[in-house]
Amino acid sequence: MTANLPGPSGAAMLDAIAAANVRFVAAVPDIVTSDGLLWPLSRDGRFRLIRLCKEDEGVSICTGLAFTGHRAVLMMQQTGLMDSLNAIRAIAVEYRQPVCMVVGMQGKEPEVRVRDSARYGVRIVPPILDVMGIEHIEIEGPGDEAALTAAIERAYREERPVVALIGRTVQ
Amino acid sequence: MAMRRDDCLRVLARHRGDAIVVATYQAGFDWMRIAPHPLNYVSIGAMGQASSHALGLALGRPDKRVIVLDGDGSLLMNLGTLATIAAAAPANLIHFVCQNGCYEANGSHPLPNAAAIDFPAIARGAGIAHTAAFDDIAVFEAALPAFLATPGPVFAALHIVAGDPSPQDYAYIHSAEARRRFKDALTG
Repeated sequence: MTANLPGPSGAAMLDAIAAANVRFVAAVPDIVTSDGLLWPLSRDGRFRLIRLCKEDEGVSICTGLAFTGHRAVLMMQQTGLMDSLNAIRAIAVEYRQPVCMVVGMQGKEPEVRVRDSARYGVRIVPPILDVMGIEHIEIEGPGDEAALTAAIERAYREERPVVALIGRTVQ
Repeated sequence: MAMRRDDCLRVLARHRGDAIVVATYQAGFDWMRIAPHPLNYVSIGAMGQASSHALGLALGRPDKRVIVLDGDGSLLMNLGTLATIAAAAPANLIHFVCQNGCYEANGSHPLPNAAAIDFPAIARGAGIAHTAAFDDIAVFEAALPAFLATPGPVFAALHIVAGDPSPQDYAYIHSAEARRRFKDALTG
């Protein structure tokens, strides 16, 4: 009965992001987070939304903002994460920048962990992040949202990137 | 007609004031030689990303002008940046592209369809209202103060040829020292 597995709460995710003092969000739309997170965020006065053409722009925008003392989050789908690996490698990892990424895992089955997905394009993501030395957390359902705050705080405190993999449609 | 890039940058350096300058590849190396300054941002990391770093800096510090010295090969790798910048509309962002029609840092191979590319037209088409192109150093020098004073985002193509060679100090631009110097200067 996988259809009844609840996804994370978009309102709780927005509160968790705001609680980490994030005021800028750069985003390429993603269907996992679209209705529950990105649309509400676009109407939420706590955030300035920067709509992107391509995900690697966001890696650099978040980095520029970090130099000015502002915290930011980059939202995208896992395909955009894969497309941006060189920018993430150079800027976030080798330059030690706190690029915080919220990544919708399009196509992942609700009942399995990301690395156990039957879909190649989904299950390869955690091992790739492991090889790159990038911390990643999984947000699957209600109760997981608050982990975003701590992950963002760690990224800025330790000057390194973090990825939150969103495994079910945000509600 | 084209200008020497180092001549262009010397002109720009005289009008730089306390602006942040985000400079990449050959323009970046020339800029570091001609106009060393703690607010030079050279930590681009990945080709094409200069203007995106600059957008973040401009949004985060609306009190400071942010000047981008892009390359034409670099900008072609991230053309969507022009629409993103136009939408975000930072009034303090000034985007120059040094247009020489080739991948100068990688063997000077030509850009695809280099002779036909009209970057100001592309920028206008992306929504950047104020654009310009310069291929004469005297005209550039005369027009620069007003161009820099125009509320942004603004965009200009600089038709250039290489001038005197500059040291290609890749170790520095990728160093923690370069990032620390910039951050200290910006926040100090």
